[in-house]
Amino acid sequence: MKAVEVRELVKDYGNFRAINGISFEVKEGEIFGLIGPNGAGKTTALRVVATLLQITSGSVTVFGYELPKEAGEVRKIISYLPEEAGAYKNLTGKEYLNFIAKFFGEGEKFQSMVQRGLEIANLGERINDKVDTYSKGMTRLLLVGRALMVNPRLAILDEPTSGLDVVNAQEVRRIINSSVEAGAAVLLSSHNMLEVELLCHRIALINDGKIVASGTAAELKKEYDAGNIEEAFVKAIK
Amino acid sequence: MIGNIIKKEFKELFTLSTLLPIVVVALVFGFVGQMVGNVGETIEEKPVIGIADMDGGDFSDIAMSVLIEKAEVIYDGSDAEEGLKEVREENGVALLVIPENFSQNIYANHPGEIEIYWIMRGAGMLDSVSSGVAEGLIQSVNQEISKELIQQDNSLDPALVLAPTTRIETTFFKGKKVEGLSPSQLSSMLISQSVVMPVVVMMLIIMAGVAVISSMGLEKENKTLETLLTLPVRRSHIVIGKVVGSALVGVLMAAIYMIGFLYYMRSFQISDINLADFGLTLGMQDYLLVGISLFAALLAGLSLCIVLGTFAKNYRSAQALIFPITALAMISSFTIMFKDFDTIPAVLRVLLFAIPFSHPMMAVRALMLDNYPLVIGGIAYAAVFTVIMIAVAVRIFNSDRLLTGSVQKRVGLGKLGWGFRR
Repeated sequence: MKAVEVRELVKDYGNFRAINGISFEVKEGEIFGLIGPNGAGKTTALRVVATLLQITSGSVTVFGYELPKEAGEVRKIISYLPEEAGAYKNLTGKEYLNFIAKFFGEGEKFQSMVQRGLEIANLGERINDKVDTYSKGMTRLLLVGRALMVNPRLAILDEPTSGLDVVNAQEVRRIINSSVEAGAAVLLSSHNMLEVELLCHRIALINDGKIVASGTAAELKKEYDAGNIEEAFVKAIK
Repeated sequence: MIGNIIKKEFKELFTLSTLLPIVVVALVFGFVGQMVGNVGETIEEKPVIGIADMDGGDFSDIAMSVLIEKAEVIYDGSDAEEGLKEVREENGVALLVIPENFSQNIYANHPGEIEIYWIMRGAGMLDSVSSGVAEGLIQSVNQEISKELIQQDNSLDPALVLAPTTRIETTFFKGKKVEGLSPSQLSSMLISQSVVMPVVVMMLIIMAGVAVISSMGLEKENKTLETLLTLPVRRSHIVIGKVVGSALVGVLMAAIYMIGFLYYMRSFQISDINLADFGLTLGMQDYLLVGISLFAALLAGLSLCIVLGTFAKNYRSAQALIFPITALAMISSFTIMFKDFDTIPAVLRVLLFAIPFSHPMMAVRALMLDNYPLVIGGIAYAAVFTVIMIAVAVRIFNSDRLLTGSVQKRVGLGKLGWGFRR
């Protein structure tokens, strides 16, 4: 079964067209990356799949559930990490993980989710401090832990390593890879072309609301006779 | 150069959020001023009274001439029942009955009794103004009788000359007959119902309203809203959770406020008369109804707040959005504090009924006077209002509005930095 199937998706904000008929698929156990410049439509596409925005036209299904009709079912199997996400500042890191885990399970399932979140966030004793006292990087680690602890069938990650230093970014990439090995599908967006090349099984280059090219990193580099994805992207949008 | 800085400062400071509170306060003051203006007219107007003179003696003649000169007398006869009927029908303030032997008693060194039957129509702070004016008439009658007694040099008791009459008062108030009290005495006894409930409910609505609107602003400012909306929980549960959570915070805050305010109000308690002696008391079911009315109004107010909160872009803009709620709560509170629901013009009555917070403010007084339809109707109205507002909020939560705001405007205001991320 396809994890995500997007067909001719159009999203308008009033009379402004943010996404102009894009189509792509994400397979089970695959990391699929949307890459493009600011304002290309990456976040809008991710928000549509994450059930946050309505569809103007086209269709989106997640593990066979159709949006927006079955949005409730989709929310049970996805986890979304927005680029500029925050956590409730008056809660401690652990309380925040508890709060989220309660929506996904009870008893042992709940406990194991929180334990996994603690491990992913890896904040040591600081997990018992209020989120208000965390640095940007610590908050991001907590949020990555929150997003992946629930073992989602589809993780939607908008700039997952945004705000993290090199060491933590590498750790997050490792965690994302291990989630996929455990059976999850990942749809992510990034400005960081190197990261995408390292992490994603397949990539779609998006510009001005349209997908201009898609394939594996090797296929795209070959198609555009480029040394890296960044160069391929620049050639693709010319 | 300086002009450029002034222009920038003006643009920074003169925003909707700074302007709105001033406009709201001005409107509320204007509204209260309008009411006070009417009170001024009431004081200047001659009170409408009836007189039943059963004495026909020297002093009752003096009393009659004073009353006819200083009041608008709509009944001048000798039948008290007929006089009372006339006063009720003509919206009069009181019927003054001068009983037989009034003059004889005074000549015999006993104060003459004047029976006053007051018609009280409202228990607001300003509702007893016209009866207060009528009370002034009795002072004038006393003065004229005193003058006459001094001129006659009848070597009467000086205490009698200074106070030649006494009053026996009965007040008819919305079907209740209260003996021994004038409207102003009754009104001062009901001050806690007139002031405490409106103020406490107003503070409760504002405090809980701030909590729920701020919560929406904080969700956006702290970037937690998107995560919340992708969790496997119904949007209606998110809305109800926010409303009930904020209601609890509001109730706690109001309880703390109320304790202090009740101590403050005790200093205004001018009599130790027990309201229960006059049938003006609440039973268990009445207290239950007041509680339900308060809770229903709180939910109605907070569901309206959550709809307003969806317009908040951040915590700061959320603070400005509370002002419509503050204005409505202040209008209800001040109106009910000063006037009774039954004594305000029909348009204001409709407005007051339409504001769901008005109902618990009026509930205690209404239940004391057995006005159950008003209280139960208010609860039903607040419940319907809540359901409609929650439905509207859920609809907004299910749309793009929460994340994108008013799209058409955003596109149009792109140059002002209102653009959206795509």
